[in-house]
Amino acid sequence: MLIYFCKRLGLAVLVTIAVSMISFMMIRVSGDPAIALAGEAATSEEIEFVREQYGFDRPLIVQYLEWASRAIRGDLGESPYMNLPVTEMIGNRIGVTMTLGICALSFAVLLSVPLGVLAAIRPNTWIDRLALTISVIGQAMPSFWFGLIMIIVLGVKFRLLPISGAETPAHFIMPTIALGYYATPAIMRLVRSGMLEVLASDHIRTAKAKGLRWGKILYKHALRNAIIPVVAVLAVQLGFMLGGSIVIETVFALHGIGHLAWVSIGRSDLPVVQAIVLLLSIIYVVLTFLSDMLNAFLDPRIRVK
Amino acid sequence: MHSWKKHSRIWIAAMVLLGLVLSSAAWAGKKDDTLNVAFTKELESLDRYFNTAREGIVFARHVYDNLLFRDPETYEYEGLLAKSFEWEDEVTLNIELRQGVEFHNGQEMTADDAVYTLNYAADPDNKVKTQRYSNWIDKAEKTGPYSFTIHLKYPFPPALEFLSGANPVYPKDYHQEVGYKGFGVKPIGTGPYKATEIEPGKRLVLVKNENYFQNSPKGQPSIGKIVWRTLPEMNTQVAELITGSLDWAFLVPPDQAEQLKKVPNVQVVPAETMRIGYLTFDAANFSETKHDIDNPFKEVKVRQAVSHAINRQAIADNLIGGGSRPIYTPCYPSQLGCIEEAAKEYAYDPEKAQELLTEAGYPDGFDCILYAYRNRPFAEAMVGNLKAVGIDAKLVMMKYSALRERQRAGKTPLQFLTWGSYSINDVSAIISNFFEHEADDITRDPKLKEWLEAADKEMDTEKRKELYGKAIARITERAYWAPLFSYVSNNCFSKDLNFTPYPDAVPRFYMATWK
Repeated sequence: MLIYFCKRLGLAVLVTIAVSMISFMMIRVSGDPAIALAGEAATSEEIEFVREQYGFDRPLIVQYLEWASRAIRGDLGESPYMNLPVTEMIGNRIGVTMTLGICALSFAVLLSVPLGVLAAIRPNTWIDRLALTISVIGQAMPSFWFGLIMIIVLGVKFRLLPISGAETPAHFIMPTIALGYYATPAIMRLVRSGMLEVLASDHIRTAKAKGLRWGKILYKHALRNAIIPVVAVLAVQLGFMLGGSIVIETVFALHGIGHLAWVSIGRSDLPVVQAIVLLLSIIYVVLTFLSDMLNAFLDPRIRVK
Repeated sequence: MHSWKKHSRIWIAAMVLLGLVLSSAAWAGKKDDTLNVAFTKELESLDRYFNTAREGIVFARHVYDNLLFRDPETYEYEGLLAKSFEWEDEVTLNIELRQGVEFHNGQEMTADDAVYTLNYAADPDNKVKTQRYSNWIDKAEKTGPYSFTIHLKYPFPPALEFLSGANPVYPKDYHQEVGYKGFGVKPIGTGPYKATEIEPGKRLVLVKNENYFQNSPKGQPSIGKIVWRTLPEMNTQVAELITGSLDWAFLVPPDQAEQLKKVPNVQVVPAETMRIGYLTFDAANFSETKHDIDNPFKEVKVRQAVSHAINRQAIADNLIGGGSRPIYTPCYPSQLGCIEEAAKEYAYDPEKAQELLTEAGYPDGFDCILYAYRNRPFAEAMVGNLKAVGIDAKLVMMKYSALRERQRAGKTPLQFLTWGSYSINDVSAIISNFFEHEADDITRDPKLKEWLEAADKEMDTEKRKELYGKAIARITERAYWAPLFSYVSNNCFSKDLNFTPYPDAVPRFYMATWK
């Protein structure tokens, strides 16, 4: 287990470093930060001035190493665009993104687990197919489009919900649904197949033979076993949601780090983009790592290999 | 079934709670004298010298005052913070300030503040982002408690334009105390509105300045409170306009504006802006000489053929709408020095275009790339127009900064670009920017450089116009650019609001009133 742990940890660190390097290069390729920073009407002297001022004229590798060495010490630098420390900018916004991510994940679980169980109890009937359809629609619809449809129906037509902002809990309802719905099919299918497998096993037959109530069998004996792989997938899904919130935050004008990433890419605000990519990749890597560990803990076959 | 009954009370309670939460999100507007406005871009700093976005100009016009004021209709200059101004000679401008004007913190505005702000902006060590707006100033010198002199580095005809549009006066003591970073998040000015709540990048609240000085050419503000939000997605802005939680938005694309026209509580007022669209050609032939990229556009007849091939009127009418018109000058017609008679007009004439291509040695046309960074539908229409005369243009959309980098490297034979001149009503803000052999100049005509540099420093308006006229004639005759059309901003706002848009696309909420 310890060897497995070390291997996985080493891999996680390497992935984080690789992601930060690739993103650093990609952002440079997508446009000259000095031009973006100087603004549309800037003359060539102004652009050169900005380039020197912010050190964009130095070799890429020097810029990267300098950034990385400061980042390790927790200094993510200052946004040349906003003139604010990056940690402060992210700190002000991470709350919204985390709230949205957790709400969306909860929504996805609350929708997909009952659907998966229902589908497994009545496999290959209309209930199964309906449950599958509901969840697959979620994945088939682009989330920004679904978000806009909800705005039109719930916000404009029936005026039930506020359209943009994050002032009250009501502001989070539409973004939560838009983001959470997308993750539903993956979880639902996993619950369904897990339940089917468990329900066909001997201990369930024994439980039935003992005369236990059906509800108790389902919940205590079947679902608890079937849910284990789902827990591991949830960790990865949360990572997806934090990344996916870039689009949803923009549509609903939630000023979280997703939206911050989006505008920062547009204006080549490198330190901010870099920091967000690093943060999201760390969260993602940590979650994946935890789910690996959890799987290994639950299933000895993985760690032996 | 059982469980539903068991939990039904919880469900009902949840519904009631939800209802309460929702009903508390009350919409503001005329009733509580609050104007809700939205912009798609967030401001990097509230300090005018440290932001480069249009939103920065809008904010500055409300919270700060400039020394001079440009009448939005007549384009005449008059004093704003200045009571009077007078040119002593070509490089010396004497200014007498108004007395009794107060900053939002109650301190009186004097010559010390004006001199300090101008010198601060002009000093390259302070690294202001808008160098161009103030780098013509050598120094400002106090001559009395309310009078001072601006010494210019060289004769600079647009000086009054920049003093009326881009150089607000800050309170010296406060600015020194908090520095530009502090000022950028908690600004103080003399303007008709005070910034009272600031959530950077998210939301601003501007409250009417009750002590705004009398006789300001801006007039007295009427609406009590402005809530300014950043809503990055235009669809969201449109939805909020429909529900009434937003009272004003601009730069709404034509198709969405068309939808909003059907909404009873919203009015749509399109207004032409100073932004023009145009095609640029690599007349200097950097593509071939530096990079070996095929460049048919080095031939004047090919450029003229393209100028004849584009159906400007159709794009203006059908894709932009709202009063957009074909433009034949490499500048917006209201700009000083934009002499329309000097420009050669290329009417839409595909046959003529084909003839010119044949004469240029391309009877069967050729393949090329059309680079663009915005308005894909317009660019696609142009690709269709070019196809009709035999030019097979492949459209490549890029990010603005990436395209500009490519242009500077000399790798863009054909581009569709736009320029808003930063609302500066002077051709030096557009023509001089692109034809004086700077990095962005892909024409490199020595005659143009000579005339334009002379014009930029010429203080005699008639002589200036003559020189710019010559430049415009040469640019259009040789078809260095193919000017296309003007842009229109669709101002969409509540029917309760009286609001007048102007071509500089700077909304003036201080002039707005409730009906």
